[in-house]
Amino acid sequence: MRIKFVFNGREIEVETHPGRRLIDLLRADLGLTGTKEGCGEGECGACTVLVDGKPRLSCLTAAIQAEGREVLTIEGLRENGGLHPIQRAFVETAGVQCGFCTPGFIMATYALLKENPDPTPEEVRAWLSGNLCRCTGYQQIVEAVLLAAKYLRGDALRVTRNEKTP
Amino acid sequence: MRKSGPVEIVRPKDLREASSLVREGGMPLAGGTDVFVRVRKGLWDPPFLVYIGELPQLRGIEPREGGVEVGAAVTHAELLRSPLAAQLPVLRLALSTIGAPAIREMGTIGGNVANASPAGDSLIPLYLLEARVNLVGPEGERSLPMEDFILGPGKTALRPGEIIRSLWIPFPEGKPLPYFRKVGRRRALVIAVASLGALFWLRDGVVEKARLALGSVAPTVLRPREVEKALLGKPLDPGLLRPIADELSRLVNPISDIRATAAYRRRVAGNLLLDAAARLPRA
Repeated sequence: MRIKFVFNGREIEVETHPGRRLIDLLRADLGLTGTKEGCGEGECGACTVLVDGKPRLSCLTAAIQAEGREVLTIEGLRENGGLHPIQRAFVETAGVQCGFCTPGFIMATYALLKENPDPTPEEVRAWLSGNLCRCTGYQQIVEAVLLAAKYLRGDALRVTRNEKTP
Repeated sequence: MRKSGPVEIVRPKDLREASSLVREGGMPLAGGTDVFVRVRKGLWDPPFLVYIGELPQLRGIEPREGGVEVGAAVTHAELLRSPLAAQLPVLRLALSTIGAPAIREMGTIGGNVANASPAGDSLIPLYLLEARVNLVGPEGERSLPMEDFILGPGKTALRPGEIIRSLWIPFPEGKPLPYFRKVGRRRALVIAVASLGALFWLRDGVVEKARLALGSVAPTVLRPREVEKALLGKPLDPGLLRPIADELSRLVNPISDIRATAAYRRRVAGNLLLDAAARLPRA
């Protein structure tokens, strides 16, 4: 069957099996492997993508559930060939170690900062409670989100004029 | 254990077609947070899935007859964002503990009810608020109280071809004090070891009416009506409620499993009542 949706800002139509998971459509069919599969059962958050701006686990989403919607993955954050401010903040605070959980954290962060541009550390922790990281111990990730929030609000020096808010 | 091929998903055009597909053996699929996990692990093996998550007849949140009618395919997050849910604080407390943000965006209230888990977080406020389950099937519509709909772990009164259409949740009279607490190994993505939801109506510093509902301490969510009665006329004072908490611990009927022992669950059930008394205002 064919499904149509807006993928990282571009309308696309793909042929898929009715029963295919969104994560397989993204990684295998579209060849974009930034979205990771960790547990495959909704415990780890590594496969988090945004559907109509809300976080969803792509391992527990059928491809057909994307029909007519807007899907945003980590690949869609790139701006002018460079990193998105959220990505840069994760690099700068060492919120990335092995990197496997990072796309999920960054997509969840993107959704959070759109809803709440100035979260408290507690709000950050609560929001990211469904994302597991086995390297960083989370402290650096929370710092990354708070720094990203500053970048996006425009009250940090590192913001350049090319960057837009989510 | 993973299945080699994906299970087919059929997309009905309306409720009638959905019902006949379910009658043919298809399993309803809404948010997918449980169905996909169990199908992939091979625990469930339906011939095909029937995707009802976007049927408009299952998607509304409407005021109705002194309460709110919530379509079965409304997600936990949508319900939390609804101004109508703001009038049901105990529902908000429970829903906000479900899973984590992404799971709340996916999982549906109807799915939680159909699952009939003794640990279902949204079931506790539905029992407390004395919600009704509205069903639609080949023989028409019917409506059951939660306690008649859920028969045991994973067991419901659904007949072949029947689908949960909506939940009707009445607004309680007055302004009862709401309480909800889930005890588990961690805060997010956790299946409760034990949970308690409660509504207390106080007058002159003592309980005039109380409703309690406990999760994960019996085959279904439990309304301990003897304990609700025993609370009448008592102040919300943990010191004075100790004998009633002990009675609650005796009354529950938990099992031991990988999450906790039955003895621990008993103790937590009673302690949760004391915790409610300690946290809520006394007048």
